[in-house]
Amino acid sequence: MSKVIGSVSTSHVPAIGNAIAKRLQQDPYWKPFFDGFIPVREWLARNTPDVVVVVYNDHGLNFFLDKMPTFAIGAAASYGSEDEGWGIPTVPPLAGDVDLSWAIIEGVVKDEFDVTTCQEMLVDHAVTIPLQLLWPAGPPPVRIVPIAVNTVQHPLPSAARCLKFGQSIGRAIAAYGPALKILVLSTGGLSHQLEGGRAGFINPEFDALCLNALINDPEKLTGYTTHQIVELAGSQGSEVLNWIVGRGIVQGETREVLRNYHIPISNTASAVQVLEPV
Amino acid sequence: MAEKPIPGTPVFTGESAKKGYALNKMCYSLNEAKNREAFLANEDAYCDSFGMTEEQKAAIRARSVEALIAAGGNAYYLAKFAGIFHLNMQDIGAQQTGVSVDEFKAKLKAYARFNDDVNAGKVPHV
Repeated sequence: MSKVIGSVSTSHVPAIGNAIAKRLQQDPYWKPFFDGFIPVREWLARNTPDVVVVVYNDHGLNFFLDKMPTFAIGAAASYGSEDEGWGIPTVPPLAGDVDLSWAIIEGVVKDEFDVTTCQEMLVDHAVTIPLQLLWPAGPPPVRIVPIAVNTVQHPLPSAARCLKFGQSIGRAIAAYGPALKILVLSTGGLSHQLEGGRAGFINPEFDALCLNALINDPEKLTGYTTHQIVELAGSQGSEVLNWIVGRGIVQGETREVLRNYHIPISNTASAVQVLEPV
Repeated sequence: MAEKPIPGTPVFTGESAKKGYALNKMCYSLNEAKNREAFLANEDAYCDSFGMTEEQKAAIRARSVEALIAAGGNAYYLAKFAGIFHLNMQDIGAQQTGVSVDEFKAKLKAYARFNDDVNAGKVPHV
């Protein structure tokens, strides 16, 4: 049976991709952020996954407002990326795990999560940058299953629904026959807001509450409406919904292996948190 | 049921998605390099080809993020428009909040005083 070995949740700010391309890891602005991934990679060296389930939101590369799924699951053998309009560096196509994708799709639909399935799917910086942070030396030595959550167009799925969706994915993985080691990679957030008179809004208080609750009390976050999450985390801070899905996938109690919260990266309160099941 | 507005925080609802459809579709098209070239070659004609409204076209001409949002623009798609002009998120934030880019960056950096508390598992009172 397949097993979730843990989760890495991280911000996915596009500027990180440019910093990687320009090799700014030792630059004083960037060093505290990139150094936070050294212990993450040490943990990964001891916990090597076969497949990474990436929970993220698309920023208008694969999905547009013509068709906007609330939850979409990739079921492709390979996932390409593009420059997204502003020249972000692209990476070679990422390998998929089609059989696991369909096992997850079958599991969640049986649980009444009627997802969109994608046999062709581009993945954007929200997938490629976190993978580069985990495997900076080259193409990641894993297959992926991308799972996209709508954090773009309201109404967004509720935090409660996101947690239950994650738990359903977790059950599908646990019931999947092949003995695969699965890493959950949730991306986005934490608090930030790009638009409006409140642009630049950051809320360390709510971020800290989320980081603490995600360890063993994710239900606490389901008490917030998506409107309240926007108010507390900023418009794009609603990407914390991806983290809530990811936490649901890791079933049961967890131990926090590490966290690195660092402000500012671009307009964002950046964070990385590693959890492992106990 | 309408939610209570959050000051300074446009929420991209179905209403915005409907209003901003042509503008956002134009921005989405800028994913492709050939479309970016077409936009730069003749901006008005390119915007017209998407059926954009006068309000939307004026906001594009003015390079005004505030006006683009008011015309139904969504931040994730507008980022592609901003990218053509090599504007980053601090430039855009400064423009919308009426401060210099340096002042905007300083405001972000000021939050760094909370990093240690959050890393120690404390919930700082902001």
